[in-house]
Amino acid sequence: MEARKSTLKLILFTFGMFGFGFALVPLYDVFCDITGLNGKVTGPTITTYDQEISSREVKITFVTSNNKQMPWSFKSSSPQMKVETGQDYLMDFTFTNTTDKPMIAQAVPSVSPGRGARYFHKTECFCFEQQFLAAGESITIPVKFIIDPELPDDISSLALGYTLFDVTEEFANLQAKN
Amino acid sequence: MFRAIKYSLSLVAALTANFSFGAWDDLNMSPGATQLSQEIFGLHMTVFYVCLAIGIAVLLAMAFILFKYRKKEGVKPADFDDSTALEITWTVLFALILIVLAVPATSVMIKAYDDQEGDINILITGHQWKWQYEYIEDEVGFFSNLSTSLDKRNNLAPKDENYLLEVDEPLVIPTNTRVRFLITANDVIHSWWVPDFAIKQDAIPGFVNTGWTYVNEPGVFRGQCTELCGQYHGYMPIVVKAVSPEEYSTFINDKKQAKIQQALLTEKLWSTSELMEIGEATYQKNCVACHQVGGRGIPPVFPSLVGSEIVMRNKARHIEILMEGVQGAAMASYAEQLTEVEIAAVITYTRQAWGNAETGDGKIVIPKEILDYKNNKL
Amino acid sequence: MSAVIDSHHDDHHHGPAKGFSRWLYTTNHKDIGSMYLWFSLVMLFIGGAMAMVIRAELFEPGSQIVSPEFYNQMVTNHGLIMVFGVIMPAFVGFANWMIPMQIGAPDMALPRLNNLSFWILPVAFGILLSTFFMEGGAPNFGWTFYAPLSTEYAPPTVTFFIFSVHIMGASSIMGSINIITTILNMRAPGMTLMKMPLFVWSWFITAYLLIAVMPVLAGAVTMMLMDIHAGTSFFKAGGGGDPVLFQHIFWFFGHPEVYIMILPAFGIVSHIIETFSRKPIFGYSSMVYAIASIALLSFVVWAHHMFTVGMPIAGELFFMYSTMLIAIPTGVKVFNWLSTMFKGSLTFETPMLFAIAFVALFTIGGLSGIMLAIAPADFQYHDTYFVVAHFHYVLVPGALFSLLAAAYYWIPKWTGKMYDETLGKVHFWMSFISVNLTFFPMHFVGLAGMPRRIPDYAMQFADWNMMVSVGAFLFGISQLLFLFIVLKCIYNGKAATTEVWEGAKDRGFEWTVDSPAPYHTFSSPPSMESLKSSS
Repeated sequence: MEARKSTLKLILFTFGMFGFGFALVPLYDVFCDITGLNGKVTGPTITTYDQEISSREVKITFVTSNNKQMPWSFKSSSPQMKVETGQDYLMDFTFTNTTDKPMIAQAVPSVSPGRGARYFHKTECFCFEQQFLAAGESITIPVKFIIDPELPDDISSLALGYTLFDVTEEFANLQAKN
Repeated sequence: MFRAIKYSLSLVAALTANFSFGAWDDLNMSPGATQLSQEIFGLHMTVFYVCLAIGIAVLLAMAFILFKYRKKEGVKPADFDDSTALEITWTVLFALILIVLAVPATSVMIKAYDDQEGDINILITGHQWKWQYEYIEDEVGFFSNLSTSLDKRNNLAPKDENYLLEVDEPLVIPTNTRVRFLITANDVIHSWWVPDFAIKQDAIPGFVNTGWTYVNEPGVFRGQCTELCGQYHGYMPIVVKAVSPEEYSTFINDKKQAKIQQALLTEKLWSTSELMEIGEATYQKNCVACHQVGGRGIPPVFPSLVGSEIVMRNKARHIEILMEGVQGAAMASYAEQLTEVEIAAVITYTRQAWGNAETGDGKIVIPKEILDYKNNKL
Repeated sequence: MSAVIDSHHDDHHHGPAKGFSRWLYTTNHKDIGSMYLWFSLVMLFIGGAMAMVIRAELFEPGSQIVSPEFYNQMVTNHGLIMVFGVIMPAFVGFANWMIPMQIGAPDMALPRLNNLSFWILPVAFGILLSTFFMEGGAPNFGWTFYAPLSTEYAPPTVTFFIFSVHIMGASSIMGSINIITTILNMRAPGMTLMKMPLFVWSWFITAYLLIAVMPVLAGAVTMMLMDIHAGTSFFKAGGGGDPVLFQHIFWFFGHPEVYIMILPAFGIVSHIIETFSRKPIFGYSSMVYAIASIALLSFVVWAHHMFTVGMPIAGELFFMYSTMLIAIPTGVKVFNWLSTMFKGSLTFETPMLFAIAFVALFTIGGLSGIMLAIAPADFQYHDTYFVVAHFHYVLVPGALFSLLAAAYYWIPKWTGKMYDETLGKVHFWMSFISVNLTFFPMHFVGLAGMPRRIPDYAMQFADWNMMVSVGAFLFGISQLLFLFIVLKCIYNGKAATTEVWEGAKDRGFEWTVDSPAPYHTFSSPPSMESLKSSS
């Protein structure tokens, strides 16, 4: 029957669109990668540049903030840094668990302006890695980075922001499941 | 009924007053205080006039048709039902109008997206329900809370001009300086809007957005949070004070001094009444929204402090709650946003007020204890 | 599926059953259509009562009658109910009543599915409204429910909200599948796609939009559910997710959704203007193409709701241009309606008055839409009352007026009785004046800087807000008059003729059957020759 055929097709299409809703998640990540939407940044990459390329000075501002309910202290060793494009640099970030229990935290990076994100290469960083700290423990971790010489000329300054989230509970749940 | 008449009369009076004083300002966008805001205002007016012209033309044409072609005896309606030429004509016409609008819009957009570095950088963090400002280069910062009293909000005191648009501590920026704002949030999404700067930028937890401004003349500029962020969304205004660069450096130096002073304060000997005074002020500013004026809260979401076991007898846990917040509850950590003095004072205040001192241990807490708590953690 | 249709044929010549079970088990498109319409009328009064609470709170500066928390619950549920409980079900109600009659079909293609898709709707709204009585209160995060306010920071009732949205979505999807299947398979012989009445066309396209985007909404709320209860991090920045992703997914659904609420109105208004101009609709095929292109464009404009989230400039410009493009087909429609009236023979019965007001006021809403599309200017408009004014202009004197127009237009065919024309006109003028009094000043307070969704406001917005509140109360009262007119028509109306409106019998199959339309309309398909102007 015609009616049955078109009904089945429409039901199939509906399920397809439900799946598409979920497919938007990875699609969005790809899209962000290309356009730098929201300053999403990827994990560490290995990059070196030919020293011949003419370089210029860029000011990097480091922003650290804690999400709600996150009592740790989290700071970069200096708020700003002037760098040359194409050169390796290093900035120290110190995490301190100020509570009396062990906790797990995760720092989420964001680069602003967003379209500068793809030119901010971190060759070594703690992004997407959990930090386990015992009560009162402190740790200093460097972020190594290179600014791509291809950085558009109208961007003279980039901000690298890290927001620290408490993931102790999420991590415990995950462990319980495995 | 009488109330209704009274209101409608006052409405008429209010409206005529408005119009007779040519209150165009109250009807339209403000041109603002920066070059960008003025350009956006100009763009707004251009688009507005084009839309107004189209609107008037369509409505007049419609009025004419409705009048002219109303049903009359003996007049037969026409029966044409298509004209490709006409359809193409007005499609092209619409497209042309849109191109005319898109050109200035694009050019203003490019100006708004200027990613040059700022002379000073300010980190703005949205919290439920207050703004935090940190001057990145000078490493000083503070919170900015609504300062309109609850009495005014509850109609128990007369409201004044800046009702709901006033804060305890405004953001201070220098004039003739490129100020860059880095905008983020601590909990939910907020949005930082100052109409006079034409900046409206969402503050999103985990992400840093940017905005910038360049103010020529000193002045006070007011704005509000523009993204629904929970129950007190309407009560987190923004006040920006633009001052001369000289005044600005005085302000920053004072802030730096105050930071040093604060460290010294914790060494001092405190009397209960001093602590109670600061404690009450701190409570009114930071706690009253949830725990309410009488300390009874709104159980179960916001627990009562009156007769609470922790407030009565468990000093250590009381300090811990203020410093760490409560996991999974609305209570946040105040370790970063209040000073040691304020935390000690507000704990003392809640342990003493509302008859808690009589039934509980009534122990006071001095700033040193808070500092020790912090240091023990290190 | 064939069994369903067969069983329907078995009871073909019986009248309706008696009592409540008639309504519970009915598979008749007219019964189900009526239930949809009554349901949305009830929801209109519930959602309207919430609007009255909002306007009472905003009558004057200062706290008035409710707490900020309850205010947010009112704003949220007003939006959800008006969108999912009033406008959408009402259009489905008209689709149920009119599509089979307009295409010459005996009933909908899937009558049992039709019954189910209606009856789960009261369940969905029962769940949603019951959250008001639960601990933590009803949803309070706005009808757009942005994460993380609607996930990590939501009241515990959010789970019920999610469940309720799933059911509403299922209902819309089932309704749409039914409508598309009916239109594709049950048209009278000779009725090619390009000869279908415009209301059928507009619903045909709307139904496709619905099955394309409602599953995406279902996906979005499922992700929320998993974030809340299963520890995933779709929208949690801390776990590598992104709260802005929620907004992209939501508006990928949300923008087509706003066209879902207006496209059927285009169809309705086209029929009414044609009938009361006594002249065929101007540019039938361009009307169809305009609806189709609006529907297609709706998939590529979503981020214009997000101009302030910090998109790269290329994104801002793309979404600005694509949004501006929508003005073209919309403008074409307005000009076509004007051309239909041009050189006609116009009379101004209540449906026509509402239809004319629709064209005029929808134009205002459309023009403020162009202003909002201009991204740099939107930095100043975004999330202010200017936006509230804009979308209420397209949804109240837009969608809601078209629904009222349609009710007056077709009620004589449904009941076999005429409504009271004088009262209808009073209802129109009261609605027309108060709707403008309510929503026009919102443009001013919005431009002057009043953010939306705030329970209290600064002094400079006081005068206009009081005027808005007075207008809103008047508008609310006016709709009670509508209820009275409908009841009066059903119980005490004068008999209506078959044609109802002068010359209408040439304009659609529905005007060729008796008034009231028989319980089972066409036992054999009608012929296209019976319609003079079948374009």
